[in-house]
Amino acid sequence: MNSVVINLLYIAASILFILGIKKLGKAESARAANRLSAVGMLLAIVATLLYGGLDWKFIIIGMLIGGGIGAYAALRVPMTGMPELVALFNGFGGIASLLIGIVEFVKIHQTESATYLANLEAQTGIAVPFWFAATAISLTILIGGLTFTGSLIAWAKLAGKINGSTRFPGQGTLNILLIIAAVVAAIWFSLTPDAPNLAIVVGALTVIALSLGVLMTIPIGGGDMPVVIALLNSYSGLAAAFAGFIILNTVLVVAGCLVGASGLILTGIMCRAMNRSLGNVLFGGFGAASGKTGAAVEGEMKPASIEDAYYVLESARHVVFVPGYGMAVAQAQHAVKELAAILEERGCQVEFAIHPVAGRMPGHMNVLLAEADVPYEQLWEMEATNRVIESVDVAVVIGANDVVNPAAKDDPSSPIYGMPIINVHKARTVYCLKRGKGKGFSGLENALFFRDNVRMLYGDAKATISQLVTEFGEE
Amino acid sequence: MTPLLLLIFAFTLAIFLGVELISKVPSQLHTPLMSGSNAISGIAIVGALVALGDGESTLVRGIAFGALVFATINVVGGYLVTDRMLAMFQNKNKPKKGDH
Repeated sequence: MNSVVINLLYIAASILFILGIKKLGKAESARAANRLSAVGMLLAIVATLLYGGLDWKFIIIGMLIGGGIGAYAALRVPMTGMPELVALFNGFGGIASLLIGIVEFVKIHQTESATYLANLEAQTGIAVPFWFAATAISLTILIGGLTFTGSLIAWAKLAGKINGSTRFPGQGTLNILLIIAAVVAAIWFSLTPDAPNLAIVVGALTVIALSLGVLMTIPIGGGDMPVVIALLNSYSGLAAAFAGFIILNTVLVVAGCLVGASGLILTGIMCRAMNRSLGNVLFGGFGAASGKTGAAVEGEMKPASIEDAYYVLESARHVVFVPGYGMAVAQAQHAVKELAAILEERGCQVEFAIHPVAGRMPGHMNVLLAEADVPYEQLWEMEATNRVIESVDVAVVIGANDVVNPAAKDDPSSPIYGMPIINVHKARTVYCLKRGKGKGFSGLENALFFRDNVRMLYGDAKATISQLVTEFGEE
Repeated sequence: MTPLLLLIFAFTLAIFLGVELISKVPSQLHTPLMSGSNAISGIAIVGALVALGDGESTLVRGIAFGALVFATINVVGGYLVTDRMLAMFQNKNKPKKGDH
């Protein structure tokens, strides 16, 4: 009886998760969708508690601690710290799955595989061969561990604790050797059910999984981070799904799988926004695989003063801001919003053009600009801006680089050739706010900066924008 | 073996469903979609609860307890942070406040 109720609740929870993910992709229903899926989670938890024979003391204490930490972090972290926090939460999901894999192994190891499988069948009504349980445990440990350390590295990169990408000779070979070692460990585990040395094998598998997470994430350059974060998100779902195969729990399998698959869609969107394959992002490195360096750029960058920019902006009737990671670093979003509001008040049309991979995580710029109270109607997608770009008087590029590099359109020898960009070079005048004369993360000279209609405003983006705001105020 | 096949059946269907569920997501929603689905992957909490059986050894309960804490952070934090983000977006959709 109990198990019927539990499974019906699991079905209800799964439906809520499906609706939740589906509606999360639409602006008008997103918030309600998130709440639906939270109710689904509550149902799944309540259903699980109906199993009985659980250690209530540990459960209550654990949920209070976890819930307290989660709620505190979620409600107290400033919006600008959101990308890091999401990466960190993702890592916690990964380690939870990893620990479930380990705990089930410990159960096998402490009794006998036959007893473990018999208990499992008594609990779930499903009989599985040992190799199946062992493979599920191995996959959970592998993907869970990889998600955990990968997300931690992503967190450190987003929080600015690690900069740039780290590569060393033989890194690819090392990764392949580690993956082979992981497969060997998994096969060993599944073939020798009650061998006394299994703890070492599974321990080694855990270490390999944790190392792979680090090794696969450290070489990823800043501009490629959105892809990796979307992928890690997908992995955390897969890890949960595999954990579901260990304890033979339907809701775990279904929910984890939904997240894993929908995460892949987002990863695909990010890859397409860069015109690159997933493999190229993960293993290629920027420009490293193709050996392309791009044609030499001729001409010179033309610096401009704040006054110049002020006079041009003052007479502009249509201005587009193009934010990039530089805006996040300079925390310039509030100043930008202020400038945008001034321009709008003067009767100028103002938009923000957002490239799908601007920033370090999917949707990064939207979160920052929403935090600065920029109205939603002003946040335009790349395609929409490109349709009207010829009629734009001034484009202001704030710390964006490769996503506005015209070499992606007209230089087949450029490593970013083919990547969709915001065509700011077609605007009448372009101002590029840039910290200094250095190159972008890809190490490419940006052909945009050398165009005739482009002027550079060097210095801290926030300071530059604030000075412009002051100029308008002094009228 | 049949019940196990049913589980694999559910797994396969869920993959296809997950792929079909979202096609074109406006970039505004990329971060909330990610953090919202990340909260769902906290479903690992179910695995942690099941592992915290009464009769288990201290070692098992210790590790399962760790899994429970991390999964709960993921679930509670994930949903709350997504809600906070979406609330922020939603305010933007309404007519502007008189801030100028």
